[in-house]
Amino acid sequence: MWATGPQRGPTHPEFWRSPLRGPWLTAVFGVVLLIGVTVLFVTGLLSYAAYDPDLAAVNDQTPDKARLGFYLFPWPTSPYWLYRVTQGLHVTLGVVLVPVLLAKLWSVIPKLFAWPPVRSAAQAAERLSLLLLVGGAGFEFVTGILNVQLHYVFPGSFYTLHFYGAWVFIGAFVVHVSFRLKRAVRALRAGPRQPPPDSEEAAGLVSPRPAEPTITRRGALGMVGLGSLALLVVTAGQSVDGWLRRTALLAPHGQDPGSGPNGFQINKTAASVGIRATDIGPAWRLTVRGAGRRIDLTYARLLDMPQSQARLPIACVEGWSTSDQQWSGVRLTELAALVGLGAEHAPEVLVESVQRGGPFSSVVLSTGQLRDERSLLAVRVNGAVLSRDHGYPARVIVPGAPGVHNTKWVTRLTFREPS
Amino acid sequence: MKPPTAQAARTAFRRRYGASPLHLLLVLASFALACYAGVRLLKGDALGVAVWFVGAALLHDLVLLPLYAVTDLAVQRVLGHRSGEGEGEVKVKGKVGPRAAVNHVRVPAFVSGVLLLVYWPLVLRQVGHYTVTTGLPADVFPGRWLLITACLFAASATVLAVRLWNGGREARRARARARRAGK
Repeated sequence: MWATGPQRGPTHPEFWRSPLRGPWLTAVFGVVLLIGVTVLFVTGLLSYAAYDPDLAAVNDQTPDKARLGFYLFPWPTSPYWLYRVTQGLHVTLGVVLVPVLLAKLWSVIPKLFAWPPVRSAAQAAERLSLLLLVGGAGFEFVTGILNVQLHYVFPGSFYTLHFYGAWVFIGAFVVHVSFRLKRAVRALRAGPRQPPPDSEEAAGLVSPRPAEPTITRRGALGMVGLGSLALLVVTAGQSVDGWLRRTALLAPHGQDPGSGPNGFQINKTAASVGIRATDIGPAWRLTVRGAGRRIDLTYARLLDMPQSQARLPIACVEGWSTSDQQWSGVRLTELAALVGLGAEHAPEVLVESVQRGGPFSSVVLSTGQLRDERSLLAVRVNGAVLSRDHGYPARVIVPGAPGVHNTKWVTRLTFREPS
Repeated sequence: MKPPTAQAARTAFRRRYGASPLHLLLVLASFALACYAGVRLLKGDALGVAVWFVGAALLHDLVLLPLYAVTDLAVQRVLGHRSGEGEGEVKVKGKVGPRAAVNHVRVPAFVSGVLLLVYWPLVLRQVGHYTVTTGLPADVFPGRWLLITACLFAASATVLAVRLWNGGREARRARARARRAGK
């Protein structure tokens, strides 16, 4: 009984009757995921680097990372669209791969119930590894997809879950690829013709009692591809402006937030983070500190300083972005000069918002970001005064930085030596 | 007694473990990495994270798959397939059998289903703070998803109608040819 398993039910090979399942179909989905997941992992690591977590505690959402941050490097300001591309790719590709992931899992379902469940120590180890692989994949896709829709129901901070989850997953992924790649390449070379069910090439995927086909294998691939295409169409538009954005029918940032100079996407409105009228009214001051000095500027004095221009986008970790906006304001180096720090001595800067608490109410910008001449404390956008939701009276805009590093409602700049 | 050769040792290892030493080393390396990241992942709500992780592994295989497989079989039965024997091939030129007909339901339902699977929080209005956070209206999503679904089924119906019409024309021609040949 133990050796043969129950005579009925999913542990019996004849229970699975789809004539489509076979090594070729699984290999096709597998290779697509191999490429796709590799891109997701690399762009994910880049996104973490983009936060410059090693610069300061306020930049780091996962301070326990230890060696998992081994690859970190100072995030560059050129090209200025870098984060827009890497993060747009990360989120859009993740969404588009969902049907492929489901199809891959469907194609190997008989293996989950294979009898006997454990044949050897090696197989037991591999099954445990598969739990990390499938659980990790599901965990990463689910947390990512929920987070971009602002549905924070997962058990903890998104950054912690998604970052450490990725590392748990990737080890199992590498193991799986190294055990299966050769077989997948062989199956692709052999083509879609089904091998005999009990042969080695069949790998336990081919049904010994296949039902009459209701769809061709090419048709099934087409259906999965159509699912991915549909997801691409209703998602990708949120990374561009103009009429194309409106094609992102189901994406969180596919709608027009209004017209005019301030009519571009908002990550968090002033109301949602508790900004009060008094916080940004006539009593608002910009405090600039550094080199033992402190200067308080009124809004009028800030406007009197030399104004510079920069054309830069807003690119969010949630994958959406805006086209380049025409920002105008005071260069961060000019503000450093107010406290006697010349451009060549300008160190880092701690930027603080009037927001009360919250993970991104303050940020430390690197020397490279600070010294880029496109890095501004902006007061105008597209020719108009900043709207409240875009950070009136003043916000930071830095080329290539993730959206949350472009702090809004700025009230304090502290220039300091790198720690 | 001769000392065992390297080859013999490898064979013995394979017999006991079930795979090569390289297999064991790779798996152990990945487990070590998983533990290193895993203790950090589980810090905080350990039970919650574990439930989500294992749940994510089982979601498709034990929840989604039975649901869509049973639905698919039910649709096939309603459309008359799986009751009789040998009802034609997948796609007979000019003829739409029950095999092909099921795909006219299956494909739009699948596409509509994956859209809902990904975007259910917005479509089912689960994100209460969406409007206050983004400044965008939240009530558009259910209607949009329904309209996309309607378009998918309508497009599928159009393709089916064209196929049926073409099939009918072919059959009439074939009958006419047969009559002429019979005269």
